[in-house]
Amino acid sequence: MAKIIGGITTSHIPAISNAMERGLEDTPYWRDFFAAYPPVRKWLEEQQPDIAIIFYNDHGLEMFLDKKPTFAIGCAAEYENADEGWGIATIPTVTGETELSWHIVNELIEHDFDPTVCQDIKVDHGLTVPLRLMYPDQNYKHLKVIPVCINCERHPMPKPSRTFALGEAIGKAVESFPGDEKVVVFGTGGLSHQLDGERAGFINADFDEECMDKLVSDPKALTKYSNYDLVRLGGSQGVELNMWLGMRGTMTGHVEEIHRNYVAPISNTGAGLQLLRHTPKR
Amino acid sequence: MDYKPDIPGNTFFNGEMAAKGYNLNKMFHSLNSAAGREAFRADERAYCEQYRLTPEQTETVLNRDLIRMIELGGSIYYMAKFAGVLGLNVQDVGGLQTGRSTEEFQAYLDSQGRGKTHG
Repeated sequence: MAKIIGGITTSHIPAISNAMERGLEDTPYWRDFFAAYPPVRKWLEEQQPDIAIIFYNDHGLEMFLDKKPTFAIGCAAEYENADEGWGIATIPTVTGETELSWHIVNELIEHDFDPTVCQDIKVDHGLTVPLRLMYPDQNYKHLKVIPVCINCERHPMPKPSRTFALGEAIGKAVESFPGDEKVVVFGTGGLSHQLDGERAGFINADFDEECMDKLVSDPKALTKYSNYDLVRLGGSQGVELNMWLGMRGTMTGHVEEIHRNYVAPISNTGAGLQLLRHTPKR
Repeated sequence: MDYKPDIPGNTFFNGEMAAKGYNLNKMFHSLNSAAGREAFRADERAYCEQYRLTPEQTETVLNRDLIRMIELGGSIYYMAKFAGVLGLNVQDVGGLQTGRSTEEFQAYLDSQGRGKTHG
């Protein structure tokens, strides 16, 4: 059976990609952020996962307000990145996956989740920045990516409890897939930040660290928050915690944190990084 | 559930705001393309008319009045594309919305910081 070997949470701020493009990783502003990534890259290099399920949100590249899925899953053989309007460098074609992804869709619908199924979508910085962070030389062709897109831009948004349950259903689907693929799951975005309005610039480092603690030991506690609670505690874009909860939901066995970093501010954001090892139940 | 809890300085971008701001956000979304950016730069007012913005929304574009823009249905995700055309980063945008200079806004961010030993 396919196996989820672990989860990675990471920020996906566009400024990260801009810094990499300009070679600023070791400059004072960025050093504490980028210095935390090599252990995660090394783990990926050692583990060689076949598939990455990436929870992300689309900030207005593919999914504008005209047709906006609450939950969407990509089942395409490949994904392109494209111009987002404000100058972030695009990344090379991302390899997709067409077998486990359809199995997940079938299992989700069987278990009362009804996602939008996508065979042709462009993926934005929410997905590409984490990929670039993990593979700075952009040598990720071997990794088959299954994008899971969550609406974090327009209320109403899926509740944290529901996103966690989606993750659980995806995790069970992976475990029931007849193959020996190794799967890693990314939860991207966050943590606290607010870009809009007179409250712009709000960061809550205490709350972010509490979320990182609970994500390991008691993720269900985080599902008690509403999205309004998350806005109050983590800023209007703090709802991106939902992607972390989706990731965590997929891991139904024993979870152990093997690496963590937290730096604020990176751009306007509290930037968290966690590497979680998953030992499935037998 | 209370659909619009009161958080000072925060506007929930919900159905009501999405309805109000649809054309405005659609115009910003069109700035994903180089052709859209070029047309916008060539004649901002005409571009706003093409997307059928209200006169009030058009004024917020021409005056870079981001706070009023949000009140009229602008979503920060699409406004970011407008900011990009203007050459503004998110610290500039934060400053504009909070009555601070970019340096003052950066200092506000830093005042809430953690985990940096260098920058």
